[in-house]
Amino acid sequence: MAVTDQDRHDHHHEHDHSELSDTQLRVRALETILTEKGYVDPAALDLIIEAYETKIGPHNGARIIAKAWADPAFRQQLVADAPKAIAALGVIDNADSEIMVLENTPKVHNVIVCTLCSCYPTSVLGLPPVWYKSAPYRSRTVAEPRGVLREFGVEVPADSEIRVWDSTSEMRYIVIPMRPAGTEGWSEERLEKLVTRDCMIGTGMPKSPKEATP
Amino acid sequence: MNGVHDMGGMQGFGKVEPEADEPAFHEPWEGRVLALNRAMGFSGVWTIDTGRATRETLPAHVYLASSYYEKWALGLEQLLIDHGLVGAEEFEAGRSLHPGKPLERKVTAANYKVVLGRRSFARPTNAPAQFKLGDRVRMKDINPPTHTRLPRYVRGRIGSVVLVHGCHVYPDTVAIGQGEQPQWLYTVRFDGRDLWGPDCDPTVTVSVDAFEPYMEHAA
Repeated sequence: MAVTDQDRHDHHHEHDHSELSDTQLRVRALETILTEKGYVDPAALDLIIEAYETKIGPHNGARIIAKAWADPAFRQQLVADAPKAIAALGVIDNADSEIMVLENTPKVHNVIVCTLCSCYPTSVLGLPPVWYKSAPYRSRTVAEPRGVLREFGVEVPADSEIRVWDSTSEMRYIVIPMRPAGTEGWSEERLEKLVTRDCMIGTGMPKSPKEATP
Repeated sequence: MNGVHDMGGMQGFGKVEPEADEPAFHEPWEGRVLALNRAMGFSGVWTIDTGRATRETLPAHVYLASSYYEKWALGLEQLLIDHGLVGAEEFEAGRSLHPGKPLERKVTAANYKVVLGRRSFARPTNAPAQFKLGDRVRMKDINPPTHTRLPRYVRGRIGSVVLVHGCHVYPDTVAIGQGEQPQWLYTVRFDGRDLWGPDCDPTVTVSVDAFEPYMEHAA
């Protein structure tokens, strides 16, 4: 590397520069160099960022889950061949080629993690939150998932299996939580509002009908 | 590589700290780093596994002290240097000193949507699968100094095959320029007690996605 990481590290401490300004300068230089060389087009970068900020997010996953709750035939297709079912739904421009859904039941609670990096079903959930990419989540979820879930305020019944999925390949996983009680007859649109990002990772539960904003 | 990135089962990192209403990016530079990585990844000069391998070889203290997007920025600089697209002296100077090299593909405002999706990593099967659903398998006790997707905490441990995914690009070879060499991919599930000992919560099971070369039949 141009300047060693140790140099940069020491530099921060010696001059008490804020981490942010050094990083900002470094990233600006990186983009400048790549643009000057003709490798990247800043206008394309703007569009990529805008897509992640506005289009690619957990609302996509929520549509899928709400439909799976409301439509048993769709749920069956989703479980059998998620890439095909998701593509057919048409909510996502670029559906994953390798994605599976994991069904929660009264006896099984699924949780997704990536211990080696931060693999995440971005096409349906958007960019992963900071905690998902953090050392505490990556280290502990495979060893003491109930302790981790407690930090999210989630208690899974003591006799349920906690099934942790470490995403060590390009397969992507998304959890289908159990449909909340008291939602019989609800439309997909209403159900969608109960589906949180965390309940599709397994670190949360869907909202109850009472919690849903009208 | 037995690096600090292989975090499963490590202790001492503290609590998980969820953030309410987290934005896509906390600072504008984070978005630039992500977009730069997506754009350069699309050029096809390196693979997703080369990228991972490069971030994994950041010095351990840097890896642990850097945020996610800081690691992505450092990793991208290293990838650019390793693949001869930017010289170290240009990062010193903060500007381009030489003309760019021709790239096979480039992201533009017209085609940018291609980088929002992921290419498929599945490949045609090239040999019969050595394992089937329900097989008891032991993860090999291997310690390659290069990239691997077999986490330390399952090495030498016995689990059961619960899914057979078909053949996928093999990260261990593609990351080091030895080609895709597609391998059968399985999901192998372990009883938590077989990973963490008798004190582990008996209701916990953990699975990894494992490539065939990582596995052997358990007696």
